[in-house]
Amino acid sequence: MELLIASAVGVLTAAGIYMVLRLRTFPVIIGTSLLSYAVNVFLFASGRLAMNAPPVLRDGATRYTDPLPQALVLTAIVISFGMTAVVVIMALGSWLSSDDDLVDRPAVSNGDARSPSMPEGDA
Amino acid sequence: MSHWLIIPVVLPAMLAAILVLMVREHIVVQRALSMAGALALTAVAVGLFWQASDGTITLYQLGNWPAPFGIVLVADRLSTLMVLLTTLLAPLVLLYAMGSGWDARGRHFHPLFQFQLMGILGAFLTGDAFNLFVFFEVLLIASYGLMIHSGGRERLRAGTQYVLYNLLGSTLFLFALGTIYAQTGTLNMADLAGRVAELDASASGGIRVAAVLLLMVFAIKAAVLPLHFWLPDSYAHAPAPVAALFAIMTKVGAYGIIRFYTLVFPPDLEITQGLFDTWLLPAALLTLVLGMIGVLGARRIDRLIAFSVIGSMGLLLSAVSVFTPEGIAAALYYAIHSTFATAALFLLVDEIKDRRGAAGPFLVHGRPIEGGALIAGMFFVAAIAMTGLPPLSGFLGKLLILDAAGASPLVWWVWAVVLSGSLVAVVGFSRAGSLIFWKAHQDGPDGRVDCETAPEIEDETAQPGSTRGPIGPRPVLPMIAIGGLIALLIALTAFAGPVNRVLTATAAQLFAPAPYIELVLTTPGKQIKEDPHAAEGDHGVEGETETSHGDEAVDDTGEDH
Repeated sequence: MELLIASAVGVLTAAGIYMVLRLRTFPVIIGTSLLSYAVNVFLFASGRLAMNAPPVLRDGATRYTDPLPQALVLTAIVISFGMTAVVVIMALGSWLSSDDDLVDRPAVSNGDARSPSMPEGDA
Repeated sequence: MSHWLIIPVVLPAMLAAILVLMVREHIVVQRALSMAGALALTAVAVGLFWQASDGTITLYQLGNWPAPFGIVLVADRLSTLMVLLTTLLAPLVLLYAMGSGWDARGRHFHPLFQFQLMGILGAFLTGDAFNLFVFFEVLLIASYGLMIHSGGRERLRAGTQYVLYNLLGSTLFLFALGTIYAQTGTLNMADLAGRVAELDASASGGIRVAAVLLLMVFAIKAAVLPLHFWLPDSYAHAPAPVAALFAIMTKVGAYGIIRFYTLVFPPDLEITQGLFDTWLLPAALLTLVLGMIGVLGARRIDRLIAFSVIGSMGLLLSAVSVFTPEGIAAALYYAIHSTFATAALFLLVDEIKDRRGAAGPFLVHGRPIEGGALIAGMFFVAAIAMTGLPPLSGFLGKLLILDAAGASPLVWWVWAVVLSGSLVAVVGFSRAGSLIFWKAHQDGPDGRVDCETAPEIEDETAQPGSTRGPIGPRPVLPMIAIGGLIALLIALTAFAGPVNRVLTATAAQLFAPAPYIELVLTTPGKQIKEDPHAAEGDHGVEGETETSHGDEAVDDTGEDH
């Protein structure tokens, strides 16, 4: 179980970092999503892994699962969900207004023909 | 238990909801409500600051749950000081946004502004590490919206970079919190302080990793050298009032460092030895160098200011990383100063951009700006403050920092970097100032801009409505806002003595965290009553426990909407 969780966190993080280092927004967003999955699993494991145990203390219970990380993970999931939605919309807006989806700024001095800017007020 | 302490979080949250749900189409009503809210926050902040000014620490238990289980807000001298700083900045920035019409150039400026305030104030007040993360996210989500306010190609691109960078920062923050929880079993800062101190130094690998991860998270916020890449583009492309409000955002990172590394990982703690003098101080000095190189090399005035922000954060953190009470007091003085100076400069740059026509923000030969004398005068004063020339507060802050650096083994490095950095900053700012205000009146090369930068200039001004155009009288409110910020700078200089006494007391309180910890951990909260159905066995107790955790989860998730 420990091995499974640990390697899941490791593989997700590695894949996420690889994707984040891509140049275009879509793989980068996939990368941040993978990273947030990794961190959710990691948070979940931070209260120690206990199989088939109740998440609350009761008199006479000898083993239990720590419920706090589960609450933390819930919060983290909600937040990362919202964040991903925001960044998708912003990346989409950036792509629509500049005709490319490079995360990095292109060289500004190459003097290429630019498409007209997006009208205001849509932000 | 007084409820005043929760007002800085609840008031902006409620107001933002009202603004977005009820008066979204009425910009005048929005402006009035938003301004009233900001001023009310200032009043509350003054009250809280007054309350904390005799050394009292006030505790607020959310839902009345006692400390290690529930979330607490704590108002000590440092928190109330930062809250007061934010709420002094906010009304002036709002005034500028209204006066210049920035708030009407896109939708939802005011609700986002209030959410941003809620996040910042909450981050300053909370006494719980995970809750700090939640407030960071609140302020970040609001800042994403504000950052791309009124749209535009360059702004959206810079905004996407900013969001992605901060998403990675948030992920790191969660990893740090997970590690901390795995090592100590708590996330309440006061509780953490006790448990970290009890950890065995020989088996402390996990908590060391957590301490470094946390430092990295705050360093991202504070734009320390290898993690600063998000700042120049974001600040240069953000709408001016937003950039001015962001002046406080880098200080949130500095606040996090000061709070965590005085309370949870205090300077004499064995397991985090070397974190500051070996790592943060050189990084801060390099940040200062980089900021100054950027100031000298910038081709746009807004990027110049952004790099001067990086430089000032470097200076601030080099004072923090000395980690003596004198260093912290000096850093706090400089933080107050640089917040106002940065905000004033970003607002001024917006005025300059608007009045220069095609030359916009570029440091090229442009036409003389209208109303130049007033703008030039204010730019002069703000630049003197920012570069740290006498007689303004930047100079005093720098003196305090140089003085405090005596306690560090790297004192000569600090002195050399800070002093030569100041010289470079003076050169950079005078170059920009003389190009924009002075040389514009001389006969230049046919009074036009360089061909090299012309295409970019064209696309900056091509955004319809992004410049106000030269027609009609200039509104006076923006000038009042900038004047207010400069007046605050001058007041900070004139009352440097009393301010410094307050800050010294603040630093002293930070270095004696025992009353803080005791107050948080020993204040009784809601008593879990003996279950009347106790005869049914332990079922009732289980229900109660679950409610308490459920309460916490609802608190957390509820705050990020």
